[in-house]
Amino acid sequence: MKVVLQNVTKKFPSRNKKEKKDVIAVNDFTFEIPDGKLIGLLGPSGCGKSTALNLISGLQKPTSGRIFFGDDDITAVPPEKRGVGLVFQNYALYPHLTVKQNITFPLENLKGKEKMTKADREKRAYEIAKLVQIDGLMERKPSELSGGQQQRVAIARALVKMPRVLLLDEPLSNLDARLRLQTREEIKRIQHETKITTVFVTHDQDEAMSISDLIVVMKEGIIQQIGKPQEVYSDPVNLFVAKFLGTPPIGVYNGRIEDGMLYIGDDAVGKTNLTENTELTVGIRPEGYILDSEGGLVCNLSGVEVMGRDISIVSTHPAAPDQVIRSIISSEKIVDTSKPTVRFKLKPGKVLLFDKTSGNRIRFEFI
Amino acid sequence: MDNQNRKAWLYLLPALIFIAVFLAYPLIDVFIYSFEENYTSASQTYTGVGFHNYSYILHDADFLQALKNTFILVVITVPLSTGLALLISLGLSSIKAVRHLFQTIYFLPYVTNTLAVGLVFMILFQKTDSQEGLVNALLNMFGMSSIDFISGPYWAKMFVLCVYTVWVVLPFKILILTSALASVKQDYYNAAKLDGASSFRICRKITLPMISPMMFYLIITGFIGAFKAYSDAVALFGTDLNSAEMNTIVGYVYDKLYSDGGGYPSYASAAAIILFVIVLTITCINLIVSKKHVHY
Repeated sequence: MKVVLQNVTKKFPSRNKKEKKDVIAVNDFTFEIPDGKLIGLLGPSGCGKSTALNLISGLQKPTSGRIFFGDDDITAVPPEKRGVGLVFQNYALYPHLTVKQNITFPLENLKGKEKMTKADREKRAYEIAKLVQIDGLMERKPSELSGGQQQRVAIARALVKMPRVLLLDEPLSNLDARLRLQTREEIKRIQHETKITTVFVTHDQDEAMSISDLIVVMKEGIIQQIGKPQEVYSDPVNLFVAKFLGTPPIGVYNGRIEDGMLYIGDDAVGKTNLTENTELTVGIRPEGYILDSEGGLVCNLSGVEVMGRDISIVSTHPAAPDQVIRSIISSEKIVDTSKPTVRFKLKPGKVLLFDKTSGNRIRFEFI
Repeated sequence: MDNQNRKAWLYLLPALIFIAVFLAYPLIDVFIYSFEENYTSASQTYTGVGFHNYSYILHDADFLQALKNTFILVVITVPLSTGLALLISLGLSSIKAVRHLFQTIYFLPYVTNTLAVGLVFMILFQKTDSQEGLVNALLNMFGMSSIDFISGPYWAKMFVLCVYTVWVVLPFKILILTSALASVKQDYYNAAKLDGASSFRICRKITLPMISPMMFYLIITGFIGAFKAYSDAVALFGTDLNSAEMNTIVGYVYDKLYSDGGGYPSYASAAAIILFVIVLTITCINLIVSKKHVHY
């Protein structure tokens, strides 16, 4: 089931009595989630991603715009009739019911033709429980489960009524780091097996990049960029997206173009096809540095972190005043830590230019 | 006893002394009095030891009447007031606009003096030669004849006592239940709503189990409070409750303690012990039942 949002806007009335200005949580959203895909809504907290999810679930009504599931306009359809499964950030498992009762709860609410017998409900619950691998825990109460297990129960409860769309609201934020990695694989697997169109909200770019088929990057209620994770990473439309994606984060420098030459601070790093002399912002991905004693970029070396396969060179640069630059290079390279500076050549595709004021991407090529 | 333990007891001592002096000692004392025949507090003497006191009060028509009244009061008012409080709290928590106004109104009886409220109820329900209370005026409006609720037939008086008791205990229960309801997270309701549960089912399957510990607390304290009813009856029917047939067990204890000069402390003690046993039994039954129905 594809999900389409068409010019969807959600405003909340201002709480501030002096200044009557509505808060626009979701601003003119238009995008399409293809059938059977897993899509990640990504943005810093307060960017409206949870609101967007609630609009799809029907728990909140859009101020304007339309929402479609397939070809059905479901904008005015109440949440229970939309056929969505929602996994809450804190799971919202009913504490007084066993795992089995939690999972069968949505089935007990079915009416009319869809009504199921008790045996059928339990059969379905066991099938789903098997899918998420909690079939051995059916008689326990949620309080007797670990965080990861609770998470699975919440997913099972959302899946058991065969929703058309599965919504996950920061599903991994309550888990520890290891479990988070494991569970995100699990979510990916479950999504692949069930082929249910899934929307996943997170503020963790790592999470979104690793499991989403498509990611939607949001900021202050406005969609910044939609695309495949790798595309968005390597080809961001603006500085915000570039900074938001990637660990270690992109190195951001003040730079300028002078007679076609790109300068970072006072370091000339390469001739470009840009002709206009202008100040701009330069972003360099951590993997965009090549150790080279002839390299144009001269950084002040502050240390080297060995991470096994790679090493991370930690340095500073006068043109990047508030930032420590981390550059990832293969551990086979040897860094002379006795010198105060380190010189880099830059990989052309990993250097991104942005407008100084608007932050929009400036396309260019090295020549 | 090691040093640590000794210190712990030392810190507990002040509280323990108070409990011993004002709770344990009187309790034991009353228990002893209840077996001492014809004990008088003035001379501190008694004539014999045995079950005579119990046998006497269990054959005393006044005590049996008080017992009956108390049980009727408990059986009617505890479920009724708890149920009403639940309905009102559910209503209050589902409205937004004038919620605070209603919360205040419902809470007013709690801060009002029992006797003053009793007086108001008396005026509402009374029927004298010169004037009728508001309730009787209403009855007349619907073509029914007046009833003297204050000094008339037994069931009429019991009716007023029950209405009065329910009215007096409601605010506290509403207060507890509205805060219990407010503490149920919105996520549970959202989850249940998405799962297609009707409001009624949400209430029965989600809300009620979630607030069951508070419901249970209210039922236990409600039972205990109703068994100890006394001032309510006095407020409505005056101090001579036996002749009004409206006495309660606590009222009987009080009457036995202070009637006829020195009174009959032995009888009073026996009645108090019987009340204690009843309350203890009911509370134990409540605890056992609650194990099955109260969640987490």
